[in-house]
Amino acid sequence: MKAKLFLADEAIAQGALDAGITGAYAYPGTPSTEILEYIQKAPEAAARSVHREWSSNEKTAMEEALGVAYAGRRSLVCMKHVGLNVAADPFINAAVTGVVGGMVVVVADDPSMHSSQNEQDSRFYAKFAGVPLFEPSNQQEAYTVTRDAFDLSETVGLPVVIRLSTRLAHSRANVVTAAPREPNVMRLPTDNRQFVLLPANARRNYEGLLDKQAVLLGRSEADGRNQLIDGPDNSVGIIACGIAFNYLNEAYGGQPCPHPVLKLVQYPVPEAMIRTLAGRTWTMLLLEEGAPFVEDALRGVLPTGITIKGRRDGTLPRAGELSPESVARAVGRPAPVAHAVPGVVKPRPPVMCPGCPHIDSYLFLKEVMQAHPGGRVFSDIGCYTLGALPPLEAISSCVDMGASITMAKGAADAGVRPAVAVIGDSTFTHSGLTGLLDCVFENAPVTILVLDNGTTGMTGGQSSMGTGRVEAIAAGLGVKPEHIRVIVPLKKNHAENAAVLREEIAYEGVSVIIARRECIQITKKG
Amino acid sequence: MALDILITGVGGQGILSIATIIGRAAIAGGLHLKQSEVHGMAQRGGAVQSHLRLSETPIWSDLIPRGGAGMILAMEPMEALRYLDWLSPDGWVIANTVAVPNLAAYPPVDDLLAEIRKLRHHVLLDALQAARQSGAPRAVNVAMLGAASPFLGLPVEALEASIREQFARKGQDVADGNLVVFRAARAAALRDTGRA
Repeated sequence: MKAKLFLADEAIAQGALDAGITGAYAYPGTPSTEILEYIQKAPEAAARSVHREWSSNEKTAMEEALGVAYAGRRSLVCMKHVGLNVAADPFINAAVTGVVGGMVVVVADDPSMHSSQNEQDSRFYAKFAGVPLFEPSNQQEAYTVTRDAFDLSETVGLPVVIRLSTRLAHSRANVVTAAPREPNVMRLPTDNRQFVLLPANARRNYEGLLDKQAVLLGRSEADGRNQLIDGPDNSVGIIACGIAFNYLNEAYGGQPCPHPVLKLVQYPVPEAMIRTLAGRTWTMLLLEEGAPFVEDALRGVLPTGITIKGRRDGTLPRAGELSPESVARAVGRPAPVAHAVPGVVKPRPPVMCPGCPHIDSYLFLKEVMQAHPGGRVFSDIGCYTLGALPPLEAISSCVDMGASITMAKGAADAGVRPAVAVIGDSTFTHSGLTGLLDCVFENAPVTILVLDNGTTGMTGGQSSMGTGRVEAIAAGLGVKPEHIRVIVPLKKNHAENAAVLREEIAYEGVSVIIARRECIQITKKG
Repeated sequence: MALDILITGVGGQGILSIATIIGRAAIAGGLHLKQSEVHGMAQRGGAVQSHLRLSETPIWSDLIPRGGAGMILAMEPMEALRYLDWLSPDGWVIANTVAVPNLAAYPPVDDLLAEIRKLRHHVLLDALQAARQSGAPRAVNVAMLGAASPFLGLPVEALEASIREQFARKGQDVADGNLVVFRAARAAALRDTGRA
């Protein structure tokens, strides 16, 4: 087959299509968004009607994917790392139910937080759930492990995780694809108790999951991608996980690394291979993207007699993504840097686009809030989080999807007046609805400003579940019709919009103000 | 042949299409390629960069090691300097002189240009003017590609074919307009560096 350039995100998408998936499920989130976007554009996905629409959030996506796997067919579910927190409930329990058809969970981590709120390492989740995980080191491996992950999922009857990180997800290289496999025919579970997690069933299933752990370990030890590569210099033995293997080879300029190296792609951690490597050396160096996950497994609490170097002892920085430089330094091969960045260069943080409707919303919000020094604006995740930066400085929080409404309610419970929530339409339907229901149930004195730009803007303009029905959703959840207000955030409406906000702030109950104007990026695209 | 190019600019300046055009020409010549991009929040008017690595031999890292870039190709003068520590000792900086001053503390453009002029190997181009003069005012990034083209080590025919392919679906007029801009900017860079 001819090689073609793929982002690792795209290689995974193509791998899943070639593995015969029936459905792909996701909520957009950097750096995972391009996986489902690729499938949405793929002619073969359209030709055989592969499910490829966005889901409301990662939890609904995970459950939908589990439903496909229940029916014996193959499903892919994709998210960014923090999305797995949202989907953690079905994810952990899907390991207990197991699957019939293959189910692959792709999680794209964002170490260094290029576009995220934390840099959690999804390998902990796979270990927590007791399921296998692949961490490809390059685009070609991203393709092949995706295909193999579906087979493994069906062999062991468990969801399988693929972990990517930003730099691989968003890097292109040539990938050779293989002939596609036929999709599964429907095959329903033969034992009706499998997916009924009543305590009696769950205990039985959990025993089965524990029994599978030895099988999973055996698969890791036998996987050809977990590779012990010999080297003549045993002064240090290196474990290089995922893309760290590339940075290691880069540091040696294409020459073989002189030290023995264990390249790690499949988890659980292959213990026997690590013991073999450790038998050759008194110093181990751990190169891992994200947390010191393998390092901590080796280090333990009691002394081993082997010196372990990695993110815990300062050989590598504890936080942030790996880089070719940090890995080169860790192996004692720092590269010279000839030029310094002149002091005249100033930081250039992202900003809201000229003509963005959020700017007009923040301008009237800020004006109204100036009269209420004790009031606070709780915000959420999206382009509008940039309202925290100068010159607007209009919001006081951004924590997780949907937390604007619920934190505003909690602050109102604590006596903060006015308590205002600012949330985008897509974030509102992702995780805002249950919080709004809490507010309605108690008629909490919160004013919720839904910035409705008709899209999921931050990730590039994906469809938004609430488009055209935010007021119907608010009314359906029980917000009083007279306190559901729709405004158009335009400069010419500034005074009128400020007046609406003042009225609703004065009301001691739940108000939803929908500030509706299309995302300027969508308008520009026509 | 091996060349590591850091393409820099401000979100929305079309650096990915430049990476795509160069990448396509390199692949046509049988080179290996890795190209890393920035997606997400920074694309909203922030500083963005693409690491483009070309080599006759397989490439390991997706990122260019700091100090190893043979070229910084910048769509904006401050972004020409932001990653200067990535530039190899005798690497080239090819920079657009037209600023995107979307921050309050934007320094005087002349101070930025003075820093670029200190470098042994540099090309400065008013890419907006170059694009306008060639009758394709939207082809600012292709003008920068033209200015960089003598130093890429890729055949000019391959680059032109790649430009044609890039704009093919927008019509022959658009493709031709971009080629005119490319050639004019290339000629200017050759002239400025005493190679014409």
